[in-house]
Amino acid sequence: MKSIKIKADNLNVYYGEKQALFEVSMYMEEKQVTALIGPSGCGKSTFIRCLNRMNDVIDICKVQGKIEIDGNDIYAPDMHVEQLRERVGMVFQKPNPFPKSIFENVAYGPRIHGIAEHKSDLEEIVVTSLKKAALFDEVKDRLSDSGTSLSGGQQQRLCIARAISVNPDIILMDEPCSALDPIATARIEELMGDLKTEYTIIIVTHSMQQAARVSSRTGFFHLGKLVEVDKTEAIFSNPSDQRTQDYITGRFG
Amino acid sequence: MGFILISLIILIGITSYFLGNLRAKNLRTSNQKNLKSLSHYYGYYVALWAVVPALLILLMITSFKSFFIEQYVLSDFIALGSYTETELSLLFTQIENTAMGIKLFDENTILIDGAVNKLNYINKTSENLTYVTVLGFSGLLVLYSIFNINHKLNSRKIVEKFLIVLYFTCSLVAIMTTVGIIFSLLYETLRFFSQVPITDFLFGLNWSPQRVFVREAGDLDTRDLANAFGAVPLFAGTFLIALIAMCVSVPVGLLTAIYMSEYASPKVRDWAKPIIEILAGIPTVVYGFFAALTVAPLVRDIGQGAGLTVSSESALAAGFVMGIMIIPFISSLSDDVIKSVPQSLREGSYAMGATKRETIVKVLLPAALPGIVGSFLLAVSRAIGETMIVVMAAGLNAKLTANPLDAATTITTQIVVILIGDQEFDSPKTQSAFALGLTLFVVTLALNFIALQVVKKYTERYD
Repeated sequence: MKSIKIKADNLNVYYGEKQALFEVSMYMEEKQVTALIGPSGCGKSTFIRCLNRMNDVIDICKVQGKIEIDGNDIYAPDMHVEQLRERVGMVFQKPNPFPKSIFENVAYGPRIHGIAEHKSDLEEIVVTSLKKAALFDEVKDRLSDSGTSLSGGQQQRLCIARAISVNPDIILMDEPCSALDPIATARIEELMGDLKTEYTIIIVTHSMQQAARVSSRTGFFHLGKLVEVDKTEAIFSNPSDQRTQDYITGRFG
Repeated sequence: MGFILISLIILIGITSYFLGNLRAKNLRTSNQKNLKSLSHYYGYYVALWAVVPALLILLMITSFKSFFIEQYVLSDFIALGSYTETELSLLFTQIENTAMGIKLFDENTILIDGAVNKLNYINKTSENLTYVTVLGFSGLLVLYSIFNINHKLNSRKIVEKFLIVLYFTCSLVAIMTTVGIIFSLLYETLRFFSQVPITDFLFGLNWSPQRVFVREAGDLDTRDLANAFGAVPLFAGTFLIALIAMCVSVPVGLLTAIYMSEYASPKVRDWAKPIIEILAGIPTVVYGFFAALTVAPLVRDIGQGAGLTVSSESALAAGFVMGIMIIPFISSLSDDVIKSVPQSLREGSYAMGATKRETIVKVLLPAALPGIVGSFLLAVSRAIGETMIVVMAAGLNAKLTANPLDAATTITTQIVVILIGDQEFDSPKTQSAFALGLTLFVVTLALNFIALQVVKKYTERYD
């Protein structure tokens, strides 16, 4: 049994009057890939955004319940949200590099958290992060070019490099490949395989094949409820709930 | 006469719409064949034929009528051959007056009486003639177009084409006005530069056109002209006041924009934004008395309290009030650009653990910078062209100074000063106003152009 990194307990989320998540309880193992699948609007993105408190940005969003990372309640009043997000990185559905140079994109996090003391440290962090994101070889001669000049797949890997530049424990990926072509998708999936040796990865995905390829555990969400969560092989070969069965066999969603 | 005639034309237009419509419907039912357009398009088609040519003819008749009437009435005098153009036109006025019963002169009575009779006759005839021509034309075209309606005629296409022509004509009005203004400015400016060398105007340090006014025109020598029209003090004054205005409006406007776009709750935005934008709607003349009666004395009192010599019409007061006036230009435009930075960039920054302030300073402002710079440039061009505030609150004397507590004058103020009151139109003094106007036009045009280019070139494309 691997050690548990994140534990959500009885989580309810509301957007104004509307309830988006109903009593979700699940755990995620350290240095493993956990996939969250389900039809659109089922609450999987809402759930993942609770893990780094990105939902705080939305005024009408209210979170009830408990989420623990390494045993600490991240919704505790004394929690420092910026430090939490330093430890829990995030990659979004649409690549969103800042309109700055490739170097500055990766250096952004280390700069605001004061991680690098000298310029040489910063350069080293940028290079290592780009290497870990499997982007360095493609951009090493043009680090001063704008991040937005890269292709979609490269932009997404730049965003991954940006996320790992502050050396987080956890990386949240919210449908990271949905805006990418199959080749770029394959590269990102390959990258996830490398990254999980160092980071705990949670990925939201629409593609069941992707979940099957990259994850060790999979959770199935439907209508704001966590229907089932189990080892990935178990979910795809022998689901215990009829709704999961219907979804993975393509009967709805 | 015009009103009745136009009403009649419109009446014919409305009637013919129904006629055309009716005819199309009859055709459809009697022949069992489909027309190319809906029947009301045939109504519009006939109505257009009824109204548009008639109005054009009326326009033509009214614009040429007075010329022909004058020729006809004066034919006896012209035949004499001893009158000049000006005398003839005076004579015509006299005849018109006599016809209305105002008799001022006794000379040439026989000829004038004859001319008056002619005038009365031609006025009546021409009126009748106009009615007959216009209405007859309109009626004929209605008949023509009604009988023209058949299965092959696509009236919808014709109506649409007419509308396109109409839109084009309307846009032509604005374009032609711009072109006309530019050419008249250019023409007068060139006449000015034929008397005063352009280098003296652009680089001369002394502006005192009133000296030219005081002397007799015959006394003017070129040295005088050169010394009177050096516009550098005006350029400097304009620049100084615009600079002060920007020093006020840039920080205040930008911080307002940041607050409004990122921090203000929707409720606060809802009432605060319109109030700020009202600032832009206050007539500049109101700012003018505010500047002249409140701010200028205040600046003077404070300055004197601090032991400084402050002119009662200081550049500082005018610039300060002007700065307040252009705050909404900057805040409103910058607010829009900051808000249009995609939400995904904000989230990307927050997800890295950045605070709101860090996100604004390090991501949003750099991303919005081209738009913000664009708003600054537009504000500058507004400040340079602003007239009322400086006329009321800045000085009139052209003095080359960089001291904001001193009086300074601007290009716009001087144009006003030059053209107020009765002026000879072709004196270099009056023409200098056109040269100043052209300079101003070129500068603001260039600024606007650069602003648009900056915004266009450096704006990131987000899809």
